[in-house]
Amino acid sequence: MTDLASSWANAGAVLTVHRWMAVIGGLLLASVAILVLCLQFGATSVDVKTVATAIMHMLRADQEGAATLGTSEIIMVQIRFPRVLMGFFVGAGLAAVGVTLQALLRNPLADPYVLGVSSGSALGVSLAILFGIGSTFMLLPILPFFGFAGGLLALLLIYRLAQSKSRLPIHSLLLAGVILNAILTAFIMFITSIMEPNRSAGLMAWLMGSLTAPNYPALGIFLLYVLCVLVMLMHKAQSLNMLTLGEETARSLGVETEGIKKWLFVLTALLTGAIVSVSGMIGFVGMVVPHAVRLVIGSDHRLLLPASALVGGMFLAVADTIARTIMAPAEIPVGIVTALTGGPFFLYLLLWRKDRMV
Amino acid sequence: MQSGLSVDVPAIEVEGVSFRYPTTEGRERIWTLDHLSFHVDAGEILGVVGPNGSGKSSLLKVLSGYLPAGEGDVRLGGLSLGTRSQADIARLVAVVPQEYAQVFPFTVAETVLMGRFPHRTARWWSMGIGDETAKDLACAHQSMIDTDVLSLADRLVSDLSGGERQRVTIARALAQAPKILLLDEPTAFLDINHQIEICSLIAQLRAERRLTVVLVSHDLNVASQYCDRVLMLKEGRLCRIGSPDETIRPDVLQMIYGCEVVVDAHPQTGRPRVTMPMNIVRN
Repeated sequence: MTDLASSWANAGAVLTVHRWMAVIGGLLLASVAILVLCLQFGATSVDVKTVATAIMHMLRADQEGAATLGTSEIIMVQIRFPRVLMGFFVGAGLAAVGVTLQALLRNPLADPYVLGVSSGSALGVSLAILFGIGSTFMLLPILPFFGFAGGLLALLLIYRLAQSKSRLPIHSLLLAGVILNAILTAFIMFITSIMEPNRSAGLMAWLMGSLTAPNYPALGIFLLYVLCVLVMLMHKAQSLNMLTLGEETARSLGVETEGIKKWLFVLTALLTGAIVSVSGMIGFVGMVVPHAVRLVIGSDHRLLLPASALVGGMFLAVADTIARTIMAPAEIPVGIVTALTGGPFFLYLLLWRKDRMV
Repeated sequence: MQSGLSVDVPAIEVEGVSFRYPTTEGRERIWTLDHLSFHVDAGEILGVVGPNGSGKSSLLKVLSGYLPAGEGDVRLGGLSLGTRSQADIARLVAVVPQEYAQVFPFTVAETVLMGRFPHRTARWWSMGIGDETAKDLACAHQSMIDTDVLSLADRLVSDLSGGERQRVTIARALAQAPKILLLDEPTAFLDINHQIEICSLIAQLRAERRLTVVLVSHDLNVASQYCDRVLMLKEGRLCRIGSPDETIRPDVLQMIYGCEVVVDAHPQTGRPRVTMPMNIVRN
């Protein structure tokens, strides 16, 4: 096979193990660098050395050393580190959901926020909070379940619309998403309006998309959850490639489309539900990141999915750092930062790049 | 071997197959395919023609297992479609759809390799990375040579011309290493140059790979020149099946399409050739 290896198979025309390792390895290194960088900024900036010692202390988890920690190290260990890590995984999850939805709906502009899936999850979580299920804690495992249920319902509704005429034109699907979004948001607004003012203020801040520093057990559960769903999505990456050809062609290539579609719906809703329950509605990450990554590394989902997750993580970590620092000591919701960067990009794609999207 | 086709059994046997799409309540449900029975021999090219809405595409979808036959039975190589898994069918039957409808930027080589999907053995720990075996690559390579798209391997399919794209789709179908090839209007959006190219390619592939081909076409001349037999559908019913000489005749076409046409002999092959009559032209 030497002639093959020297021709197209190794020339970047198809995905090879080597290229996969190189891209993912590079992105992992970049992610670590970005995370360390983000740790330094905040209401008080901390130099790399303190970041390093704080992380060392934390890894050793020595109770003796904890007493000797300076203020900046405490900020680092208890607030900034969990928050940055949380932001990274929220961004990774959103980008993965975006990639999956885009392949499922065969629409490069699909995004959980734009299509109303996030609103569905948010409505589920808001209802749970309204009826006092769970607690004021956004992180109890019960809330992601409501987020999952709401997100799944919204997703199925959007999918029914997309399927009703074999394939809904891109713009009609977006329009349907916008309308669904408006309806769901109205319900959420209704819920906040009948709540006590002090509770509704917290809900509003959460809805705008904001990250908070979780406690370590909650962070651990969240990271494990996101990682598990990402791995399960990765197992279906080949099928996602086939689904982009359309359901009929995917079937003729041997994909059991019905079962795989249902499984992917469940996985995306699981991920969206958990993300929305911890961070509210953070928009456009799921659309902008996969789009940009696809332009550079191509469309093979075996690479696109993990690469988008890593880039999404970096993107949100940086966006959250901007949100924390730009008005310091005050903070703005990170959803505002992502919407202000992602929104114009979305408009650009919609208005000037029509030719590339059928 | 479940996927294999023996020489004695017809490649495709259709027995009393009916199909209708589920419709909304209150409306009468009409058979899209109405009790069809025919068979296609191994290595034969069967053309399927008929007016718009006569069920040609639906027939192809039933043969590929995408639409379930409401009544009757479709057997491929002697085995009923219903007993085969989707991947099993995909190793036996490849479909070339009318249009290449891809929204995302995939390269030609990636697209052709997708045809190897039904042959993959999934290793759960690899998550699909590096699953392409040497055989997969060799098979895709040969398919690209046969369809003359090897030089385009690293190009994006979306940047290609209609004819090139159609050849890529055929290459993907060949990579499935099928015994049966189903084509839906393979020349529909192509100019005469590419029409000739695709039709000769199909004839050549049949000869080289002993493929059984079912080709749906609006173009009666394509059916006449390139097919061994022609199946004529009207309103979901099989009107006639036979050699081009038996089917592409003015009286038969009048019955099926309800209009007069001129049929003479092709100067090179002597097969029937269809043209529009003089009185169609109005001034």
